[in-house]
Amino acid sequence: MSASDFTRASRFHAGFAAALIHRLSGLALAIFLPLHFLSLGLALEAESFADFMIWSSQPLVKVSEALLVAALGVHFAGGLRVLGIEFFGLTRAQGVWISCAFAFGAGVGILFLMKAF
Amino acid sequence: MTSPAAMLKASIWRGREAGQYQSFEVPARENQTVLDVVTYIQRHLDAALAYRFACRVGVCGSCAMTVNGRPRWTCRTHVSRVASGGKLTIAPLRNLPVIRDLVTDMTPFFDKWHAARGRFVPGDGPRDEMAEVRPDAPERAAASAAIECIGCGVCHAACDVVSWREDYLGPAALNRAWAAWNDVRDGDRTGILRAVSQSSGCHNCHTHQSCAEHCPVGLNPTFSIAGLKRATLKATLKGELSP
Repeated sequence: MSASDFTRASRFHAGFAAALIHRLSGLALAIFLPLHFLSLGLALEAESFADFMIWSSQPLVKVSEALLVAALGVHFAGGLRVLGIEFFGLTRAQGVWISCAFAFGAGVGILFLMKAF
Repeated sequence: MTSPAAMLKASIWRGREAGQYQSFEVPARENQTVLDVVTYIQRHLDAALAYRFACRVGVCGSCAMTVNGRPRWTCRTHVSRVASGGKLTIAPLRNLPVIRDLVTDMTPFFDKWHAARGRFVPGDGPRDEMAEVRPDAPERAAASAAIECIGCGVCHAACDVVSWREDYLGPAALNRAWAAWNDVRDGDRTGILRAVSQSSGCHNCHTHQSCAEHCPVGLNPTFSIAGLKRATLKATLKGELSP
């Protein structure tokens, strides 16, 4: 698929953007969640816990964790969008629902980021 | 008021799948549709240009083309609404074989309507057992919402899943199947669900909603496909679709 094919004008609308963000956030979760659980698992071992706490207090780690939570929120909200359309037949209000869903996802991420610092 | 000397730059696809854009200059008018531009080129600049139209008023669904990247019905698309900087790029519809220039072969498109069991199948009961269809019945309302399709192929060309998977039935055929399934007089409604729940059927839809975004008559095939997904799920849980 060429770049111009990917950016075709017929894809510039809310529904496609919502589906794209849903897919990309899902991909991000699939890649990062195993690492996230690995680090949590390491933290359970007493000798490495102190090291882990020091490591995890780095700003970059905190921001990455916040982005991971934001991806989770966005993906959750995107899933609600699909369920809403498929099981409850949302039509006219779809645009509003899409916006609310992503605002909710972003909100969860930002809240987490604020708590992290 | 457009000055008489104002010209539009139109790039028109020439050839088949392999081809190139050819530039034409067409006089700009105050009221002008994309189909007017194509017709001007064919009548005054290059008589060999192939394109398709019939009614010119948005009823027949034969003049759909890709205009500046988006599939549209050209007869009811005003140039002033879509030309960016006086430029138009006009290509044949995506996701269909190109016969020549702006003409696509609609055969695979309508074959999918048959594959989705879009036709009416009468029941075998005698006439006095004919189903009553009340105007306010939910099935009647659902069929009415989906029935006005003009078969232009715009949604089929806008659909990403059709471009990824050639055998996907696509939004138009599935929208037709949804209208047909909501006709309670149909003698084999389960047959429709069987047809649309094949591997090439409704469950491929990714809910991008490009079909609903581009449908020139304002239908929402995504909603129809979602209805088929619900109906096939219910039928599967009841064991009606098991072989």
